[in-house]
Amino acid sequence: MPLAKRIIPCLDVDHGKVVKCINFVNPKQAGDPVEMAKRYSDDGADELVFLDITASSEKRDILRGVVEGVAKAISIPFTVGGGIRNVSDARLVLCSGADKVSVNTAAVENPQVITELADVFGRQCVVTAIDARRNRTPCEGKVMVDTAEGKLWFEVVTYGGRKPTGIDALAWAMQAEKLGAGEFLVTSMDKDGTKDGYDIELTRAISERVNVPIIASGGAGIPKHLFDVLTEGKADAALAASIFHYNQYPVPIVKDYLRKMGVTIRQ
Amino acid sequence: MPQAVIFDYGVGNLLSLKTALEKAGLSASIGTTAKDLMKADAIALPGVGSFTAASSKLDAVKETLQTKIQEGTPLLGICLGLQLFFESSQEGPGDGLSLFKGKNMQLPGTVKVPHMGWNTLNMVKPNELFDGIAEDTYVYFVHSLYPVPKDKKIVCTTTQYGTTFTSSIVSKNIYGTQFHPEKSGDVGIKILKNFVKTVVR
Repeated sequence: MPLAKRIIPCLDVDHGKVVKCINFVNPKQAGDPVEMAKRYSDDGADELVFLDITASSEKRDILRGVVEGVAKAISIPFTVGGGIRNVSDARLVLCSGADKVSVNTAAVENPQVITELADVFGRQCVVTAIDARRNRTPCEGKVMVDTAEGKLWFEVVTYGGRKPTGIDALAWAMQAEKLGAGEFLVTSMDKDGTKDGYDIELTRAISERVNVPIIASGGAGIPKHLFDVLTEGKADAALAASIFHYNQYPVPIVKDYLRKMGVTIRQ
Repeated sequence: MPQAVIFDYGVGNLLSLKTALEKAGLSASIGTTAKDLMKADAIALPGVGSFTAASSKLDAVKETLQTKIQEGTPLLGICLGLQLFFESSQEGPGDGLSLFKGKNMQLPGTVKVPHMGWNTLNMVKPNELFDGIAEDTYVYFVHSLYPVPKDKKIVCTTTQYGTTFTSSIVSKNIYGTQFHPEKSGDVGIKILKNFVKTVVR
């Protein structure tokens, strides 16, 4: 049997609690990260991602406590991201029990950090998160992609989608792979929070250009969306948050559906 | 309670392995010296780091490890830990422990590397390490290289990814898994419990 596609619940953590923003405002506490991690793990999640949405130096101790708690509670892999800027930030979470770290803005601003992390911890530890948005303005030197809505390119945005960088996401992915990225977490800022499906064209465009695994993120609303991105989108893993948090589509329901649709999924 | 010592190459996450060994019924500590290894009832070589760096760290404890193995102390190598059982690696220079003849090769470029995620075990020869584990059980892998033992008789399971590779070996008191039992959920804990049974008897 081939390698299974991974289903990854994502937990946004703020001050040590899992939060869920509704329409990007009004963060609502959804629960204790250790309890939720345990529940997802028991439910058959293949991996977990924790994003510390308000990471800052004074909150490092809270984060360390959460990571240690999660590491003791579950025996599946988990990634921690949010505010990781250098080797010492990464060491803190990895030595507290995380298996991988995810870098985003820090890597765009200082690509060398990917190499530094890969040299110390191995590339399998280094997830490069790319937030991208569709840009319809033709621009020289960008990889123009044929999509259902015409030719366009994908622009990297940083600071949680607030800052457009002018960087081509496809070129950035290829560069980051050379620098030592072991995996990509690709989030569509156009789709994130919409619940009307992943950006299939973005995911596929990156997956076809790099030879490391791709986790698709942003836009999951129903199990069919995960099917689409894992097949047509050529993603190796699908990440989602809200469809799991409110038990709308628990992990076992999603995995049963995908298995029935012929996707290789871990029992 | 028997004491397992996890040898520390100096990088990465050892807490998961420590926690998992404790869940499986051992008391586990992290060790860095020959003295630490001397008192161990079981030794684990974990899965993080590079072959070259780990090989140089192992130099200082090589003799102690060999003595312990001869005394019958169960040894569990995970991922890189298993790869270090062999002579060399395409990953980089440095000598392995040469407990077995063979080398470690890069996964082919026809598949995405690292091989990351859940894949299945094909049982090649029955062994107590896999008691209660069915054919095609999923376990968690994260690696770019795989061991190629010269003596095929030590191969316990294989796995397909671009090629058919050795995903675990067993020979007397030496156990090695290319996958991560400490990251393989309940199945992984079950495998570690089987390992613990060989420690306590």
